[in-house]
Amino acid sequence: MLALQSLANLFTPPQYWADTLEQMDSIGVGSLPIVVITSFFIGGVMVLQTSAQFQRFGETALTGDAVSLALVRELGPAITALLVAGRNASGIASELGSMIVTEQVDAMRALGTDPIRKLVTPRVVAMVTMLPLLVAVADFVGLVGGFLVAYFTLRLGAVQFWTRAIDALEFGDLVQGISKPVIFGFIISTVGCFQGLRVKGGTQGVGRATTSAVVISSVFVLVVDFFLAKFLLFVFGKTS
Amino acid sequence: MTRLARPAPEQERAATVPGEPLIAFKDVRIGFDEGDVLQGVSFEVWPGETKILLGESGSGKTLIMKLAAGLTRPDSGRIWVMGHDLGDMSEKELLDFRRHLGFVFQEGALFDSLTVKENVAFRLQEEKNVSDDQIEARVREVLRFVEMEAAIDSYPAELSGGMRRRVSIARALVDQPPVVFYDSPTAGLDPVTSQTIITLVLRGRDLQGVTSLLATHRVQDAFGLASFRLDRAMGQLVRVQENGDPPANSARPEQSTPTNVLILRDGQVYFDGEVMSLLHSSDEYVKNFLQSAE
Repeated sequence: MLALQSLANLFTPPQYWADTLEQMDSIGVGSLPIVVITSFFIGGVMVLQTSAQFQRFGETALTGDAVSLALVRELGPAITALLVAGRNASGIASELGSMIVTEQVDAMRALGTDPIRKLVTPRVVAMVTMLPLLVAVADFVGLVGGFLVAYFTLRLGAVQFWTRAIDALEFGDLVQGISKPVIFGFIISTVGCFQGLRVKGGTQGVGRATTSAVVISSVFVLVVDFFLAKFLLFVFGKTS
Repeated sequence: MTRLARPAPEQERAATVPGEPLIAFKDVRIGFDEGDVLQGVSFEVWPGETKILLGESGSGKTLIMKLAAGLTRPDSGRIWVMGHDLGDMSEKELLDFRRHLGFVFQEGALFDSLTVKENVAFRLQEEKNVSDDQIEARVREVLRFVEMEAAIDSYPAELSGGMRRRVSIARALVDQPPVVFYDSPTAGLDPVTSQTIITLVLRGRDLQGVTSLLATHRVQDAFGLASFRLDRAMGQLVRVQENGDPPANSARPEQSTPTNVLILRDGQVYFDGEVMSLLHSSDEYVKNFLQSAE
C-alpha cells in the first residue's frame, strides 16, 4: 500500500521537488565515494581471479569480455544496490523512525501535510532515479579497475581490453543493467520507509527498524535479482 | 506586547457553527493491547472556551487530543469538530481539515532538520497563494508574539525545552487557527517557564479568541488560566473577578468563565465543570487529586 501510494502521489499535487532534489543529493552524490571505491576494486579483483583461468587456455584477451559482462549484467547492479541498501535504507529507516518517535510525523499530519507525500515519495523517486546512475558509474569504474589490473598483470593493451569489453555488450545486457537498479531502488526505498514509519518502542525500535531495513532490502534485492535475471535472459533469448 | 491580527473571516466561518459546541465527543471508546483507554467519553467545548484535561498518567489526555485532531480514530463513538463529523472524513479530508487546527505536542515535535523560521513557516509554505515576503512577515510576527524572534535562524537542538515549546506554540498559531490543542505544554518545565507558556496560552485565548483543549498534570495551569485574563485596553494580565468577569469572546451566555476543567478517571469523565467548582468540590477523589497535584 505504501509503495502504491508513494507512486500515486506523483500524479497529483502537491509535489515536493525540493525534497526530492535534496534526497537525490543525499542518495546519489552521498553514495558516490563508496560506489566508486568498491566497484574499482571489484573490477580489479575480477581480473585477478579470472586471469589465471584465461592464461591456462591462452585467452587472456577475453578478460575484457568477462569483466564487462559480469559487471554490467550482474555485479554492477547487485553490489551497488547492496551498498546503497546498507547506506541509505538504514539512513531512511532511522531518519523516519526518529521522526515517529519524536512525534514529528504526527506534527506533520497535524499541520495538514501528508507524510507519505512529503517523506516517502521524494525518497522513492530519488532512489529510483539515482541508483541506475550510480550503477552506470560503478560499471565504468569497475571496468577501469579491471583494465588497470589487466594492463599491469596480463600486459593487455588498452585498445584490446576496451574494444572487447564494449563489443561484448549487447542491447539486452544494457537493458538488464538499467532495469535492475530501477527495481532495486524501488525495493530499497520502500522497505526503508516502511520500516521507519512503523517504528514502535522508542530508540530501541529505531535500532531494530534500521537493522530490519538493511537486512530485508538486501535479501529482497538478491532474491528479486535472480528472478529478474531469469526473466530478462529469457526475454532477450540468452537462455531457454 | 505584540498583538496578533484577528483570524481571517473565512477561518471564523469555518470555526463557528452558531448554537453548537466547537468540539463534541459522544460516547467515544478506544482501546489498545493493554485494554480500553477511553470507555465512553462525552464532553463539549464551546467557542472561546479553554477546556483543561486533567488526569493521571495514562488516563487518555493525549489520546483525546489526537482523537479531536483526527490523528487517531476511535473504536466507537462520534467526534464533531467545527461542524465536521470526523468519523465520516477520509484521511485526505482530514489533512485539509487540520489546516484549521493548531497542535502543540508534548515535547514540541519541532522538525529537527529545519530552522525555527522553517518550522514556523511550514504550514504557510504549503499554501499556494502566500508569497515569501508574506511568510517572512507572518513568521516574524508570531515569533515576536512568543518572544522568540531572536532565535529565528536557530535549529531546535540549540534551544532549551521552554524555547522549543514556545516555537511550537508559534508554529501552531501561525495562521491563526480557531482551535488549538495543547498537549502537556508545561510538562518537564520549571515553574517560571511553565508560567510563561501558560501566559502564551492565555494571550492566544484572549487576543485571538482561540478555543482550546489543554492537557496538563499541573493543576496550577488550570488555576492560572481561570484566574487571569488579558485586558486588551491595558495590554496586561488582570485577575478575573470572583463573581465572574465574562470574556468578550464567550459564545455561551450562561458561561461565566471561558476556562473549564475535565478530569479523566479510569477511561471516563469524572468531573466536567468550572475551575472554582473543582476547587470547592467535596468529592474525595477530586480533593486527593488536587492535593497530589499541588
